[in-house]
Amino acid sequence: MTTLIDERGTGPAAGAVGSPAAQWFSDGWIATRRNLIKIKRVPDILVFTILQPIMFVLLFSQVYAGAMAMDDYTSFLMAGIFVQTVIFGSTFSGAAMAQDLKDGIIDRFRTLPMSTSAVLVGRTNGDLMINAISMLIMMATGFLVGWRVTTGLGGFLAAVALLLLFAYAFSWVMALLGMTVRSPEVINNASFMILFPLSFISNAFVPIHTMPSVLAAIAEWNPVSALVQSARELFGNTNPTFPEPTSWTLQHPYITVLGGIALMLLIFVPLCVKKFGSVSSR
Amino acid sequence: MNIIEASGLTKVYSPKGTAKVHALDGLDLTVPQGTVQGLLGPNGAGKTTAVKVLTTLIQPTAGNATVAGVDVVGEPKSVRRRIGVSGQYAAVDENLTGFENLEMVGRLYHLGKRESRRRATELIEMFELTAAQNRPVKGFSGGMRRRIDLAGALVTRPQVLFLDEPTTGLDPRSRLGMWDVIKNLVSDGTTVLLTTQYLEEADQLADDIAVIDGGKVIAAGTADQLKARIGGHRVEVTLTEASAADTAREVLARHGSGEPRVHDGGRTLEVPVVDGTRALQYVLADLGEAGIELHDAGIRRPTLDDVFLKLTGHMAEEEQESQESSEAEMETAQ
Repeated sequence: MTTLIDERGTGPAAGAVGSPAAQWFSDGWIATRRNLIKIKRVPDILVFTILQPIMFVLLFSQVYAGAMAMDDYTSFLMAGIFVQTVIFGSTFSGAAMAQDLKDGIIDRFRTLPMSTSAVLVGRTNGDLMINAISMLIMMATGFLVGWRVTTGLGGFLAAVALLLLFAYAFSWVMALLGMTVRSPEVINNASFMILFPLSFISNAFVPIHTMPSVLAAIAEWNPVSALVQSARELFGNTNPTFPEPTSWTLQHPYITVLGGIALMLLIFVPLCVKKFGSVSSR
Repeated sequence: MNIIEASGLTKVYSPKGTAKVHALDGLDLTVPQGTVQGLLGPNGAGKTTAVKVLTTLIQPTAGNATVAGVDVVGEPKSVRRRIGVSGQYAAVDENLTGFENLEMVGRLYHLGKRESRRRATELIEMFELTAAQNRPVKGFSGGMRRRIDLAGALVTRPQVLFLDEPTTGLDPRSRLGMWDVIKNLVSDGTTVLLTTQYLEEADQLADDIAVIDGGKVIAAGTADQLKARIGGHRVEVTLTEASAADTAREVLARHGSGEPRVHDGGRTLEVPVVDGTRALQYVLADLGEAGIELHDAGIRRPTLDDVFLKLTGHMAEEEQESQESSEAEMETAQ
């Protein structure tokens, strides 16, 4: 420790490198990289990201297919599984923000001269990466059990972009929740309690016209259904024998989804940044 | 030049349905450049709240403060460029290695990649963490975490270093190690604001001590000045029979420099003394002559409790409990 004093004198002054814009990008990237390293090192995330999607695709496509009164259940199913997985993937932001707040690491970030939005940008980018990996794994697994895209590259890319963008916007909603609720456990339990019914009372796993009328009405207007419907259409996985949807949201799934994405981002990005500027542990 | 100036700092939390909590209640503080200022107080006295205001984490309800001449409310980002902060929770990313944590902090100070890595390596060496530098912090001991956290506060050359309870929760050996690190650090004239619950720690590390309670400074001075006000050493005796308390009290009053205090249901008595060893000898001799049997006897050095009892009339412990409950309320209110 004897060298501490001399060496400390060589400590650099802060804020030397880059224009404000360059610093913003750099801060966002540094915060993102932290979350990417976490994906690599935390086994829970890896299981969720890689094993669970494989398991879901295989279980649903193999176990349920026989009981479903339709040809090619796997094609119908895939859009639903994509949606469910990426929405759950977005909840990491909630739990992670709550945990970081609890651990005091948000305090450390907030005493650094970094951009106020960087930690949030990094966090939501982390979710985006988790979801992208999960999507790749699911697509490969789906392909093995017979899922095919029938529209072409444009439709395929548009579907993937829509799914990831929706999930990305939803990450900001969860991030605000995480900073408000401040308990990773509560966030995890609450999102399970809300998102599980939300993804099941939709067209994700079963056709809406087979549901009892009350549930069918909920499912028709459920925004999750609109997202599933969009992906299904873009992948060319719709089933022509099913009746036309009756709700406006399902008749106009793209507008609904794009509108939802815009709304979530416009409302929750500013709210998150504002909240981040005043949160502190304890 | 005063590097920290705070006047009338007030922070009021208004939890729903309960009375307002004054976490800070008009705190005044000036810290001259190049000195180590201790903020001494029990849990919930307002130490951490004061540090949070000065490090731009929270905004005061009233009052103002400057750090290195910069207003903490008006120009928080400019303040952040000038300070280093190490908190009581060892705020490091568990999943990153020691090196990665320090490099990340450097990058977020905008030092650039090369400089950040150079500085991280340098700090790892200084804090003797070279062997562990490529392991995730998750596997570090408590003392190692604190060291990495402190290193994080030193990535740049801060004009002021804030250390919020740097040894709370550490075992005695790690605490001594941390003291060495801090002493080394401050011997070159870095300005430090250090909060602590331990009088001994403030005594060891700080040039000046501000004792705070109920969100304001209730006494200030050097450790010696404070101790002089408390009255230095005490002789404490514990009787076998509480019935002998009156006689024992007279004996203590005879050899003490102040009023004897009785607690523990009349069985334990203590009195401030000038010369500890000699006073103890006299007290024991007189008690023996009076035929009073003792369970225990000894010299006590002044503690935070003594400081508080003297300055506020109540014990630090009691304060701690009531403040902890109000802190819990504050938490739900935020």
